[in-house]
Amino acid sequence: MLQSFVDGLLVGSILSLGAIGLTMVMHMLRFANFSHAELLSIGAYAALVFDGLFAALAPVLTVKLAPLSVTAALALAFLVSMGVTAVSAVAIDRLVFRRIRARGEELSMVFASFGVALIVRSVIGLTFGLHPQLYSREIVFAIVVSRDPLLLIKPDQVAVLVAAVAIMGVLHLVLSRTTFGFALRAVAENPQLAQVNGVNLRRMIASVWLIGGALAAAAGVFYAINNQMSPVMGRDLVLPIFAATIVGGIGSIYGALLGGFVVGLASSFALMLLPSGYSPAVPFLIIIAVLVLRPHGLFGEARA
Amino acid sequence: MMGVLSYVVFFTTVASILAIATLGLNLHWGNTGLFNGGVVAFFGAGAYATLILGAAPQPGQMGGFALVWPLALMGGLGVAGLMAWAVGVLTLRLRHDYLAIATFGAAVAFENLVRNAQWLSGGAQGVRGFSRPLYAAVGDPLLWNTGFLVLTLSLLAAVYLFLRRLVRSPFGRLLRAIREDETAARSLGKRPSRVRLAAFVTGAVIMGLAGGLYGTFYAFVSPQDVLPVLTFQIWAMLIVGGAGNMRGAVLGAFLIWAAWTASGFLLSRFAPVEWQLYTGSIQFILIGSVIVGMLLWRPQGLIPERLVVSQSGRTPT
Repeated sequence: MLQSFVDGLLVGSILSLGAIGLTMVMHMLRFANFSHAELLSIGAYAALVFDGLFAALAPVLTVKLAPLSVTAALALAFLVSMGVTAVSAVAIDRLVFRRIRARGEELSMVFASFGVALIVRSVIGLTFGLHPQLYSREIVFAIVVSRDPLLLIKPDQVAVLVAAVAIMGVLHLVLSRTTFGFALRAVAENPQLAQVNGVNLRRMIASVWLIGGALAAAAGVFYAINNQMSPVMGRDLVLPIFAATIVGGIGSIYGALLGGFVVGLASSFALMLLPSGYSPAVPFLIIIAVLVLRPHGLFGEARA
Repeated sequence: MMGVLSYVVFFTTVASILAIATLGLNLHWGNTGLFNGGVVAFFGAGAYATLILGAAPQPGQMGGFALVWPLALMGGLGVAGLMAWAVGVLTLRLRHDYLAIATFGAAVAFENLVRNAQWLSGGAQGVRGFSRPLYAAVGDPLLWNTGFLVLTLSLLAAVYLFLRRLVRSPFGRLLRAIREDETAARSLGKRPSRVRLAAFVTGAVIMGLAGGLYGTFYAFVSPQDVLPVLTFQIWAMLIVGGAGNMRGAVLGAFLIWAAWTASGFLLSRFAPVEWQLYTGSIQFILIGSVIVGMLLWRPQGLIPERLVVSQSGRTPT
């Protein structure tokens, strides 16, 4: 029970980071971006590339940050990967979504996002191989925190959870305390009115992609540290992340944050009731439950 | 010669089945503006239900209803329609993203269910115990396949004519009215969510018909047949052909299916051995590029929708 709770929190923090970026894009650009989860894959693999690069360039960096399995090189690569993924997100928008948006076809963007997801996923598969990969081959033993109830935690997991919560804290400060944060919320509320007040819409859209991409990269790297990375990780994560946005209410950043934890915990507890083979279907059950009980989610507002 | 002939029969049958599914999607997307992210769920529901209802009793598997084939097929259509109704009731009154996400989720959950529920669907091994109707009576496989092709083509024609009638009817006009301007339609006293639900269920039943035919043709269905890639293929067929145009949908189905099978054949024949593992990835990139490329450069498809003013007395095709 306790173990499920802790595991659920960890998965939840990763889903939250993914869902925040997705819900921002859905709120501002009004389309369900099915390629968002591929940004997690881009982030995870970008960190893999730069981890190898930094380790080769400066062998000093291969020291482990004990007691974690994470090396200094990976920590650096993580930061670089956030930047790379943020830029990729903007690039994908410029190449595909912005052109379709310019014609005013919102729903066509949903089709296009599936196409983008297929292309990104397959290119990653062709480049890095279809097999799952890890940053470190070493086995890190879990620490027995308590025997009754049984609770096993790896140091890496604690680090991931702390880092995820820290990133969310920074985001909260930016959104609630800076002019940029106000401008962002204004654009999401009413793009025309925001522009009248001197907010640059194009720049704001680019910032949403940058933030969403950076958060997705963090989620992707954390997921890869916690589990493993594979080209199909985006396919596996897209539904839980969407479920998190729906639980929170599409467009609500704090809703997505909470929604991620709700989905993570619910999936973790569901494994106590259902055979593990059914776990991919759990997010769908959560979506259905939310649509029946509270269609606009925890913090969402009705908007056509 | 016989080999070529039997391949042509085989290819045309599968392409026609997919064309039926594409026509169903055209009703959703082309005529009503509904985004169905889980075509394969309704296709799969039709296939699975038809085979389970029509199968002879098997140990360790539910069913053994051994219904005569037309009844089993009707059951398949019913299950597909019921699933669409359940998803539609929950999502069609919300903003459009919800339908896209819920249908996509339905497809994931459906594949997951049939893969795991051994008692229901035979799990990963698929449904056993179904035999093609009249297969033993006909005797010759090629003759049976040809007969089945004739049946499929006539059902394709029937669906085509039914949808053409539907689209030209006041109901079809209402669908386009809601797609173009929901507020205006509402101001005329129409109920968009109810009309959308009717269109959504109808389209899903047509996809279920395609699935039922597909399952019957192979006399087998397994989780491998209900993977998300089928949804993407059917979308590509509609987008290439031209959303909103039924001739385009049929043309797109044949073109994309030809391109898919040809690329698969060429890759398996000519790609180096070490690349064989990745032929799937290459085909996915092709289908993704077709979708994105068409949306960027020719969003109206090869045969665009002909928009007409209803009062002029002309009718859309």
